[in-house]
Amino acid sequence: MTIEDLIEEFDDLGDWADQCEVLIDMGRDLSNMSDNLKTEDTKVHGCQSNVWMVAEVKSEPLRIELTADSDAMLVRGLLSVVLMVYSNRSPQEILETDVRDIFSRLGLDRHLSPARKNGLSGMVTRVRAIAAEAVGLQS
Amino acid sequence: MTTDMSQRPPFDVEAVRGDFPILNRPLESGRHRKGKPPAFLDSGASAQKPQCVIDREREVEEQFFANAYRGVYYFGARVDEELEATRSGIAKFIGAESTDEIIFTSGTTMSLNLVARAWGGKFLEPGDEVLITEMEHHANIVPWQMACAERGATLRWLPLTEDRRLDMSRLDEFLTPKTKMLAVTSMSNVLGTINAISELARRAHDVGSLICVDAAQSVPHRMTDASGQHNEVEPVDFLAFSGHKLYGPTGVGVLYGRRDLLCEMNPFLGGGHMISQVYRDHSTWADPPAKFEAGTLPIVQAIALGAAVEYVSGLGLDRIHAHESQLLGYAHEQLATISGLTIYGPDLEHKGAICSFTIDGAAAEDLANLLDIRGVFVRHGHHCAMPLHEVLGVQASVRASFGVYNSCSDIDRLVDGLQFALERLIVAEK
Repeated sequence: MTIEDLIEEFDDLGDWADQCEVLIDMGRDLSNMSDNLKTEDTKVHGCQSNVWMVAEVKSEPLRIELTADSDAMLVRGLLSVVLMVYSNRSPQEILETDVRDIFSRLGLDRHLSPARKNGLSGMVTRVRAIAAEAVGLQS
Repeated sequence: MTTDMSQRPPFDVEAVRGDFPILNRPLESGRHRKGKPPAFLDSGASAQKPQCVIDREREVEEQFFANAYRGVYYFGARVDEELEATRSGIAKFIGAESTDEIIFTSGTTMSLNLVARAWGGKFLEPGDEVLITEMEHHANIVPWQMACAERGATLRWLPLTEDRRLDMSRLDEFLTPKTKMLAVTSMSNVLGTINAISELARRAHDVGSLICVDAAQSVPHRMTDASGQHNEVEPVDFLAFSGHKLYGPTGVGVLYGRRDLLCEMNPFLGGGHMISQVYRDHSTWADPPAKFEAGTLPIVQAIALGAAVEYVSGLGLDRIHAHESQLLGYAHEQLATISGLTIYGPDLEHKGAICSFTIDGAAAEDLANLLDIRGVFVRHGHHCAMPLHEVLGVQASVRASFGVYNSCSDIDRLVDGLQFALERLIVAEK
C-alpha cells in the first residue's frame, strides 16, 4: 500500500472509529523492535506512551532506514505511517517531504492530541537532522 | 452538623446531572459516531461545573467586578464582601476554626508549594526528616524534595501494604522524633485509598511533627474536619485542595493553615496586599491570610467557588458519599467481568470513588483512545504519580473517577467501551 492509497482509504472511511481500526491493524503489522534497541537514547520524548525510533544510514543507494516501536497499538499505527513516508528514502527525499502534511491530508491532525503532535514533531525533526547530515557527508 | 439521611429525599442522580449543562449536550466533535452526551469519568482530574457555578462567575463579571481589597467604591466593596462570604463558607465546609485560616491560592499544587517553601524554608533544619508516602501525587512529592534539598533535610517514604494502603505497622520506623513534617494525601488519586488522617495526625503530633494533608481528592467526596471540632478527631496543621475538583472553577484553590503556624512562617510570594509596611530596606508582613495572598486573587473564580461549596453542601456530603460508594461497588462488580483486568487499590471499604486498572495485552493509551470513540472519557498514564506506578510495577494505568453526576449507566458505557476496545486490540489478534 502506498501513502496515496492510505489517504484515499481514509477519505472513503471518513469516520474516525473506522480509521482507528485501520491504524490498529497497521500497528499490529509493524515489526517489533528488538528490546536491546529500546534504550533512553532511542526513546522519543514528549510522547505519552513509550516510543522508540532508530535511524540507520545505508549506502548504495544512500538511504535512511527507520525502525520504530511503541507500547500502544494506535501509536504503532501512526509510526507505520511515518515509516511508510520516510523509511528507505534518500536523504533528499526525506528533506523534501514533511510527514505533517501527510498527517493533515489523512485528517489525523484533527484527532491527535497536542502531546502526540509534539512527539511526532520530535521524531520528524530527528529524521530530518539525520538526513541533512547524510546529505552533508555525501557532498 | 450531621444530617439524618432518612429525613432527606433520596439522591436523585438524574436531577443532579441535569444541573450540569455540559453533560446533557450531545457530542459534536466529528470523532464520535452518535450524538450522545459523554460518559464523563475523569472528575478526579477536574470536575464539571453545575449551572449555579457558571452563573455565579457570569454574575460577578457582568454585575460587580472590581479588584479585591483595594477599592472603597461599590463594586470593590461588593467583591470584598463576596470573597469574605466565600472564605467563611469554606471555613465552615472544611471545619476550620476561623476564616483567617483560609488562604486563597491557585490550587492544591500552589498550596503545597506554599507550605514546603514558607514553612519548610524557615523551620526545616539539616538532619530533620520529612515523611511522605508511596502513594503521593507529584504535587506532594516534588515541593518536599526541593525543600529538603535546600535545607539539608531528608525525605523519607512510608511504604504501602500489598493491598495498597499505608503500611501503618511500619509507621513507627518512619515517623520518629526526627520527623518535622508528615505530608500525606487523604485519598490517593490513583488507588482511591482513603487514609486514616486522624490517626496519622495523632501519631505525627505524638512525635512532635506537623501534618500537611493533600486533600484534593477527598474534599469533594467526604467530610473534612481540619480543626477536628466537629467529629472529635485529631486536628491537622495544613490542608490543601483545589476548586476545580470540587465542581468549582479552575485557577483557585485553598490552603488551610493553623493560625499560629501561618503567623510564624515566612511569606511565600512578595507583592501587593501581603505587606504591612514597605520601607526602602525591608518590609513587614500583613496578618494571615493576606500575608499569603500577594497580587490580585482569582477573584471571580474564588467567589464562584463559594457557589460550588454551597452546591455540594446542599447535596450533602453524606448523601454524595453514599451515592458514590454504591457506584464504586457497581464499577468493581462490572469491571470484574472483563478478563485480564486488574484494579489497583484496596477493597471497597477503604477506598473512594476512583478505579484505576490495566488490562493484560492492552496499552492504557489505546484503551483511552478507543473509549473516547464511544464517548467515554477516562484518563490514562501515570496520573502524576510515577513513584506509585513503579511500586505497582506498571508504566501506565487507565483511571475512571466518579462524581456526583455519574450513574450506573456511565459504568455500563465504560464496560461496553472496554469490550469494544478489546475486540479491536486483542480479539482480532487471534
